[in-house]
Order: sequence, then C-alpha cells, then structure tokens
Amino acid sequence: MKWEVVIGLEVHVQLSTVSKIFSGASTAFGAEPNTQASAVELAYPGVLPVLNRAAVSRAIRLGLALGSNINRKNVFARKNYFYPDLPKGYQISQMDLPIVEGGHLTIQVGDEEKRIRVTRAHLEEDAGKSLHEDFHGMTGIDLNRAGTPLLEVVSEPDMRSGEEAVAYARTLHSLVTWLGICDGNMQEGSFRVDANVSVRPFGQAEFGTRCEIKNLNSFRFLEAAIQYEVQRQTELIEDGGRVVQETRLYDPDRGETRSMRSKEDAHDYRYFPDPDLLPVRISEAQIEAERIAMPELPSAMKGRFMSEYGLSAYDADLLTSSRELAAYFEEVARASGQGKLAANWVAGEIAARLNRAGLSIAACPLDAGRLAGLLARLVDNTISGKIAKDVFELMWESADSADAIIEAKGLRQITDSGAIESIVDEVIAANARSVEEFRAGKEKALNALVGQVMKASKGKANPAQALEILKKKLTA
Amino acid sequence: MSLTHQDVARIAKLARINVSDDEIDAVGAQLNTIFDMIAKMQAIDTDGVEPMTHPQDSALRLREDIVTEPDRRDAFMAIAPQAEAGLFLVPKVIE
Repeated sequence: MKWEVVIGLEVHVQLSTVSKIFSGASTAFGAEPNTQASAVELAYPGVLPVLNRAAVSRAIRLGLALGSNINRKNVFARKNYFYPDLPKGYQISQMDLPIVEGGHLTIQVGDEEKRIRVTRAHLEEDAGKSLHEDFHGMTGIDLNRAGTPLLEVVSEPDMRSGEEAVAYARTLHSLVTWLGICDGNMQEGSFRVDANVSVRPFGQAEFGTRCEIKNLNSFRFLEAAIQYEVQRQTELIEDGGRVVQETRLYDPDRGETRSMRSKEDAHDYRYFPDPDLLPVRISEAQIEAERIAMPELPSAMKGRFMSEYGLSAYDADLLTSSRELAAYFEEVARASGQGKLAANWVAGEIAARLNRAGLSIAACPLDAGRLAGLLARLVDNTISGKIAKDVFELMWESADSADAIIEAKGLRQITDSGAIESIVDEVIAANARSVEEFRAGKEKALNALVGQVMKASKGKANPAQALEILKKKLTA
Repeated sequence: MSLTHQDVARIAKLARINVSDDEIDAVGAQLNTIFDMIAKMQAIDTDGVEPMTHPQDSALRLREDIVTEPDRRDAFMAIAPQAEAGLFLVPKVIE
C-alpha cells in the first residue's frame, strides 16, 4: 500500500526581549541559576503579572509578516498543571483568543513553491528547568527561564514530507530572525519544534492517528525524527496494529522516537481566562506603526530579486535566507551592475568558502565592495573566469582589491591578438598530432589545442580569442 | 448537571487536593450546588451581549521592556525548604 505522510508543526519562538513577559527580570541566557528569577516567576503570594509591551509588538510583527489576522482583543488564559518548574501551578498562555490567527508561510521545496497555512500564534510564558542530576535523590530547579516570552506558532497539517516540514521550519526560522523578533539560537532553545506526524493510505480523506514528537532543537533532528516516525507508523499498520495517539521523544543517539510515559489525565489543563490580566487591546495605530517599522519581507525581496536581477526562484530563495546575506548580495549586484553574476558568486564561491570556514556572512572577510571590484574586471574581460577564481582566493586571504592583485601578479588577460597569435603558432608547432586530428575532422582536438594555449599563457589568454585565432590558422 | 463520585475524585486528583473517600460525597454535594447556580446563569438570555472575560470593561496596561528586578536569589533561597548550588531542591519528579 502507498502511504501519505501528514505533518503539522508547533514552533516555540522565544521572543528577543531583554526582560520577561510578565516581570522586569532579565532574560539573558547563561546566567547563574535562579539569579534572574523574581518573585513573579517564583509565584510569591500577592504578586501580579504585568505584560511586556515588546512581546506584544513582536507578535504583531510576525502576524503581519504571515498575513494573519491580528486579534484587536486577545485574552490570556491559565493552563493548569503541576510541575515543580512551574511554581504557580499554571502557565499563562492564550487559548480562545490568541493574538494572531490565520495566515500562511510560503516554502520552496526544490523548484516548487508551496503555501503552508498557519492556524494561530499565541503568547505564553516559558517554564523553568528541572535538573535531574543527583542532588541526594532530589531534583534541582532553575527558574531563570521561567517567564521568558514565547510565541507558539501552530501550522495546519499541510506538510506531506519531512523535507517540506524542514523547509517550513527553516523558512519560519529565517523569517523570525529577519524580523529581529527572535535570536534564532537553536542550541540555546530559542526556536523549538514539535512535530505532529500521521500517515494515511493515499487518497483517503480522513487523517490517520497522529503522534506528537516534542522538543526538536535542530533541523537535522526534525527530519530524522519524522523519517523514523513515518516508518514506525507504516510498519505498525501494515503488521495489523494501530497507532496510539501519544507524545513521543526523539533520541538523537539512537535515531529513534520513543513514547513518553504520560498519565492519562496529563492533557486535562482546565483552561480558563486569567483573572489577573485584562484583555489586551491592540489599536489600528499600533498595527500601522509596527507595519512601518518592519523591514522588507523575505518573500517580497525574493520576488524583487527575481524580477529586478533575473534570478531563478531557487537562487532568490537562497539569497533571502538571511537579511545579512540578502544585503550583501544586493550590494554586490548594485556595485557591479551584474545581478545574475553576483548571485552566482555569492551563492557559489562565497557561500562555499563561508561554509568551509564555518563563518556567517556577517564575518565574511571579503566585503561586498571588493567582490564587486572583482566581478567588474571579469565583465570587462581584464581577467578570465579561471583567473578570477585565483584572484578570489588571494582576496579572501588579504585585504587587497582585485585591481591591486591583478597588477601585482601580472594576471591581466592577454587580449592583444599579436601576442596570442605567437602563442598559437608555438602550440600548433608543438602539437602536430592534435592538429592532424582536427584537420581529419575531429572537432574535439580543437579544445585540446585551446587548452594548450591557455596553459602556455598561464591562463591569461582570452579563451574566445584563442579559439578564434586557432580556427583561422588551422583552416587557412 | 450532577457530578458523580468518580468526577469528584478526578477533579480532586487534578487539583492535587487530598479528598478522602468519606469526604467525597459532601464535596460533591457542594460542587453540585455551584453547578446548579451556573445552570441558572446559563438560562439567562445573553443574545447580542459581547462575551466578557473580565468583569471590568477596560484594557490591559503594558510595561516597557526594561530590566527592573535585581538578583535576590540569596533572600529567596534563605526561606526555601532546601536549596543547593543555586538550585531549589524538590522531591524527584521524573515522569
């Protein structure tokens, strides 16, 4: 039987505020345990939550970027459960009236674009951390993370493969960092993904029973966990079993998901509106102010790169994966006047070198202006494409301009036909066999001869000119 | 609506309130009087009335995103039943 995979994702986006969602305690990562836990996070009697304006602003910006409805009135609710890293006994979240509803994210999978619908995004507080290392048989509680603002972004079950799920997660990740509402640091838990995965026979309208895989903190784990889970579910059904709806954990060391033992009433959260917090009202003026303060969105920029510079959807998508990369590309494209060429070099050489060196574009040793200088010499035929790669290497290792390197190393392309002619003469004299073969009708022999001319000129001859002159001399 | 013995036991368990077997009937009866009152309220015609989540019809005030809380860990730990290495210690809770 052919199976269809159905995936929906819930992403916890940690908002990049300096203070907590309901108190003035710091959210800085990596502080000594419990030094950033105030009486609010500790749930002292009599304290009250006061909502952070910056968390609301960030949520509105994501809503606008996703084309969502911003609920002018939204309401906080209590999600009740007992766990020691949540001293209040409830998490403040949003249930019936979240701040953001609807919208969509467009993802690029290979050459295909696909629209993934977003159900909602709601504000909530993070919980603290439980440390189960042995403290005389007890559990240690660190409440620094408690109260950190989260925006939980819930998608519709619109993804049909692990690849699509990863593309969605990556696109959302680049969007939230692009907007500057999240630092995107996955190791530090700033962007955590839960995947709802089910399978059904192809053509069946109803969904199969789903399992939720919790807390995937890398794209690689997300893909591996989905792959494992799909195989587990299809094998289970094919062997006559049935999938039980449950929460599972991915174990990266074993590469498998396993059931989290959970109590039967673990999901009875008894939500109700939090009487400590009045409804949040959002004015038209604030929405407009947020809209104006937002940068050009990656989807808009992608479209512009395609129409303005003639880039393919794939290249435009890659170059808009981060704001820094897009700005770098655009600076090169504008300074050199060569959009397509700039895209090839930025997505090619630059991306490869950065990747090898483990650097981000912000730390690129070759600035956009210098790269544009190199492309200009390539376009005006001062150097060949092959020499350009050599110059690129030298530029990467130094602070010199392309012109300085070309002059110092004498790499200027030979375009003087007299000079090329004399090299061609030498090559013809030294390669009688290739000349013979070409005259006997073997076109390929000509390429070998051009190669010899390039070699004899140390790559400096203009290859098109060399070919021209060779042809003329051999057919004369 | 009338709560059964099982309903009351479940609610008590979720709320982590220890209600003994002989108390359950009495607690159930009290809860049922609350539900009776809710049933009366449900009967009121509220067509055209916007649902409220709070008795006051005003909006939440927001605070600026500034760090105002100092580190008061030592003071909090001094009154915790048990603490060590900057952590509050609680009975082991692995699910």
